[in-house]
Amino acid sequence: MSCHSSGKSKKNNNHSGKRLTIALAGNANVGKSVIFNQLTGSNQIIGNWPGKTVDRAEGTLRFEDYDIKVIDLPGIYSFSTFSMEELVSRNYIALEKPDVVINVLDASILERNLFFTIQLTEMEVPMVVCLNQVDEAKKKGIIIHKEKLQEALGVPVALTVATRGEGIYELVKTAVDVAKNKPKRKEIKYRHDVEEYIGKLASLIRVEQLELGYPSRWVAIKLLEGDSEISKLVSSKSKKVIEESKRLSRELSTSCEEPCFSIIASERYALASMIASRSLHQNEVKSTLSEKIDWLTTHKVLGYVTSASVIVGLLLWTFIVGDFLSGLIEEGLSLIAPLDLVLGGSILEIAWNGVWGGIVAGVTLIIPFVIPFYLLLAMIEDSGILTRVAFMMDSAMHKIGLHGKALIPMILGYGCNVPAIHSTKIMETRREKILAAFAITFIPCTAVTIVILGLVGAFLGIQWALALYAVNIAIIFLLGRIAVKVVPGKSTGLIMEMHSFKVPSLKVVAKQTWTRTKSLIYIVFPIYIVASALIQVLYALGVLMPISEAMSPLTVGWLGLPILAGVLLVMGVVRKEFIIVGAVTILGTTELGLFFTPVQFLTLALVGTLYIPCVATIGILIKEFGWKSAGLISVANILAAILFGGLAFRLLSLFM
Amino acid sequence: MSRRSVEDYLKTVYDLSKNGEAVTTTQISKALNVAPASVTEMLKKLADNNYIEYSPYHGTNLTSDGRRIAEKMARKHRLLERFLHDILKIDNMKVHSQACDMEHALSDDAEESLCRFLKHPDSCPDDGKTIPPCDLKIGSCEECMKLHSQGLEEVGKHNQNLISISNLREGQKGKIAFIRGGHNVLQRLLDMGLTPGTKICVVRVAPLGGPVELLVRSSKLALGKGIASKVFVDTEEEN
Repeated sequence: MSCHSSGKSKKNNNHSGKRLTIALAGNANVGKSVIFNQLTGSNQIIGNWPGKTVDRAEGTLRFEDYDIKVIDLPGIYSFSTFSMEELVSRNYIALEKPDVVINVLDASILERNLFFTIQLTEMEVPMVVCLNQVDEAKKKGIIIHKEKLQEALGVPVALTVATRGEGIYELVKTAVDVAKNKPKRKEIKYRHDVEEYIGKLASLIRVEQLELGYPSRWVAIKLLEGDSEISKLVSSKSKKVIEESKRLSRELSTSCEEPCFSIIASERYALASMIASRSLHQNEVKSTLSEKIDWLTTHKVLGYVTSASVIVGLLLWTFIVGDFLSGLIEEGLSLIAPLDLVLGGSILEIAWNGVWGGIVAGVTLIIPFVIPFYLLLAMIEDSGILTRVAFMMDSAMHKIGLHGKALIPMILGYGCNVPAIHSTKIMETRREKILAAFAITFIPCTAVTIVILGLVGAFLGIQWALALYAVNIAIIFLLGRIAVKVVPGKSTGLIMEMHSFKVPSLKVVAKQTWTRTKSLIYIVFPIYIVASALIQVLYALGVLMPISEAMSPLTVGWLGLPILAGVLLVMGVVRKEFIIVGAVTILGTTELGLFFTPVQFLTLALVGTLYIPCVATIGILIKEFGWKSAGLISVANILAAILFGGLAFRLLSLFM
Repeated sequence: MSRRSVEDYLKTVYDLSKNGEAVTTTQISKALNVAPASVTEMLKKLADNNYIEYSPYHGTNLTSDGRRIAEKMARKHRLLERFLHDILKIDNMKVHSQACDMEHALSDDAEESLCRFLKHPDSCPDDGKTIPPCDLKIGSCEECMKLHSQGLEEVGKHNQNLISISNLREGQKGKIAFIRGGHNVLQRLLDMGLTPGTKICVVRVAPLGGPVELLVRSSKLALGKGIASKVFVDTEEEN
C-alpha cells in the first residue's frame, strides 16, 4: 500500500485549512441522492463532468469546524468500462483522491452491493460503509450485525435510514474521523492463486514505476481483467508490463479454464457472499405489500392493464390539472398586459407582444402542465412502478430497436421533448439514443396536447382526441420499425435491476422534477421569447402569407386544409400551440368551427403533432447528436406528416 | 421409428419454434419435404415417446427431453461443421449436408473429444469458441466465424444438461453454468451477480417474448429475452 503515496501527499495540506472532500459512491437506487440532499441541503451545484455527458452533483456542508465538499458520484454497479458513469467515477476516486469515500449500500441487497464495496477497497481509498434503508431490510426480515460487517470489511460501518435523516450525523462524524486519521485497514485478499498472479504483476508495475496515479494492485487487477482503458494507458508507458499481464492472464485463465475477467468477478462475489452471510441474519417473513403490488404490476394480463393505467392516468392528470392551472395563470397574467396576439401596428409593438406572448406561453406551459406531469412521473419512477412498466413493455420496445428502459425518456416526451431527448443518455449506445430521440420527436408534448385538445377535443369531442393519441402511438411504432432498419447497428438487450417498491421520497421527487424542468427554463424559455417575437414580426411584415400561398399545393391540395394552415404550421415550428393561438388571432374568433370542417380539425391536429420538432427540440437534437442527425430526423418528421396527414384526410373524408 | 428420423424431426421442431410457440404440421412438412400425413403419423409416435407435446389443432411443442436431444444434435452439427471446414478444409458448400449425415453417428464421447480438439490453443483463436447449444439459426461456418468475430465471448462451462434461462418457467431454479455474449454484456451480467455457480430463481416471465425476472443474490434482475437465451443453467441438482 506504500506505492501511491505521491498522489496523496498533495491533498494532505488540505487538512490544515479544515477542508475536506467526501465522495458518495454506490449502486443506483440505494438512497445515495437522499443522503446527498440530507448533507448539503440547498447548497448544491448540479452540472456535467468536464467533457462528459454525465451529471455531476456537488454540494457543501459545514460540520464542526470543517468545510466539507460533497460529491455525489453516479449510481453504478461496478468499476468496469461498461458506461461513461463508471469511468468518470473510478477516475475521480483513483486520481482526484477524495479524503474519504462514503459507500452507500442498500441493506436489503447486501451481497450485490458488497461487490461494489470490494472494488472500492481495491482502490485503497479511505472509506466508510453506509448501510442505508435498514428499516426496509428489517421489514424483509434482514438483520445485519454492524460489528461483524465492520470486522469483515475492515472499515467503519454506519447504519442509516436516510429518508428520515436517521444516522446521518453519526455517518458524517465517522467519515470525518476516517478522513482525519486515515486508519490503517486490513487488505481484503482473494483466493491464494489469484492473489499470487495479482501480486506478481503489481510488483512488476511498482518496479517499472509507471506513475499512473492509480494504486498498483488495482492496476494489476484491471490488467488481468483485460480492462480496455487501463490497458491502453499502460501500453503507452510500458510494453513490458502489458506483455507480462497478457502472459499472466493467459496462464491464470488456462489453469482455471475460465476467462480472467470472469475469475475475478467470481472472486469478488465469493468474498461478498462470504461477508454477507457472516454478518447477516434472515428471518422468515410473510409476503409484503411490496410483493403484492409487484404481482399486480407484472401479471400476464393485469400487468398490461396497470401499465396502461399508469400512462393514461399520468396524461389525464396532466390535462385536468394543467387546464385548471393554466386558466388561473392566464387570467393573472392578462392583468399585466393583454395576451391576445397583436399582428398589426408598429413593429416594436408587435415584437413586444411577441416577447410577452412567449413569456406567458412559457409560464402557462411549464407551471400548469409540465411541472405537474414531471412531479407525478417522478413519484411513479421513485416508487418503482415505472420499472415494472418498462419490464412489461420490453418486448414491444424491441420491435423498434430499443429495450424497456427507453420507455422512461419516451414517457418524459409527453411533458416536453427537450428533457426527454436529454434523458436518452440512459440508453447504452448512440444508436439507441438516436432511435429513442427519433421516436420522442413524434410524441405529443404538452404544447401539442393544447393543440389536440383545442382543435379536436373542443370541436369534435374528447373521444376523438384520445383516438388521435392512439393513432399517434401506432404511427410511432410503425416509423420506429422503419428507423431500426435504416439506422445501422445492433440492438442491445435489457439488463435492469428491479428495485422493490417504496413510498416515494419527497426530496428525490422534487429534485428529479426540478432537474427536468430546469432544461425547459434554460433552453425552451429563451427560444420561446425570441422566436415568438420574430415570427410575429415576420407575419406582420407580410412574409408569411406568401410562404403560405406557396405551400398551398401541399396544404390545400394534398392535406385538404384551408390556405391559412400554411401560416399556422410555419408559426408552429416556433411553438406548437401557435397552431391554435395563431388561428384564433388571424381569424379573429374562437369559433374555429366556422372555418374548419371536422376532417380539417383532425388532419391539422395530426399534422401538427408529427410535422417537425419545434425549434427548441431541434436545438437539443443538434446539441446531443449533431447537425446531420438533427436534420435527418426533422426531414423524417416532415415526410411522415405529409404522408399520414394526406392519408388521414382521404380516409376521414370517406366517413365524415 | 429410426433414431435418425427422431433426431431430424426434433431438430426441425426446435428450429421452427420461435419463442416457444407451437409448430404446425404444415411447417414441418415443408421443412422436411415429407407429406403432411406422414408427418402427423410421426408426430403421434414422438408424442407417445414423450419427446413432444402434440395436439392436432394447436401444433407441436418440444418436451424437455425432446429439447435436450434437439440441442445435442445442434451442437454436434456445428462442431462437425467447424471440424470439416477448419481442419479438413472441405468446401463450405458441402460442409452442411456432410455434417447432417455425420451428426447422427457421432457419439457423445466423440463429441466431447472433438470439442476439446477444436479448442486446442494451437489452433486458430476462433476455434476456442464452442458452438451455441441453443442457436440453430447459424447457416454455415462462415456465419459462425462472423458471429465470433463480432466479439462473442463465453464464461462458465458447457455440459450436457444445460437449459437456457429463457426456457425456464416461473418458479424454476438453477445454477448459472454458462453464458455467452459480447464482452460488455458478459461483464455486466457478472457485475450484477450472475457468476458461474450462482443460484438463480425465475421469478417471472413477461408474456409475448418479454424479459425474464430473476432472483439472484437476493436482488431482482430483469433480462431481455435475447440476453436470457444466452444464459444457461444447470437445473439438475435443484429438481
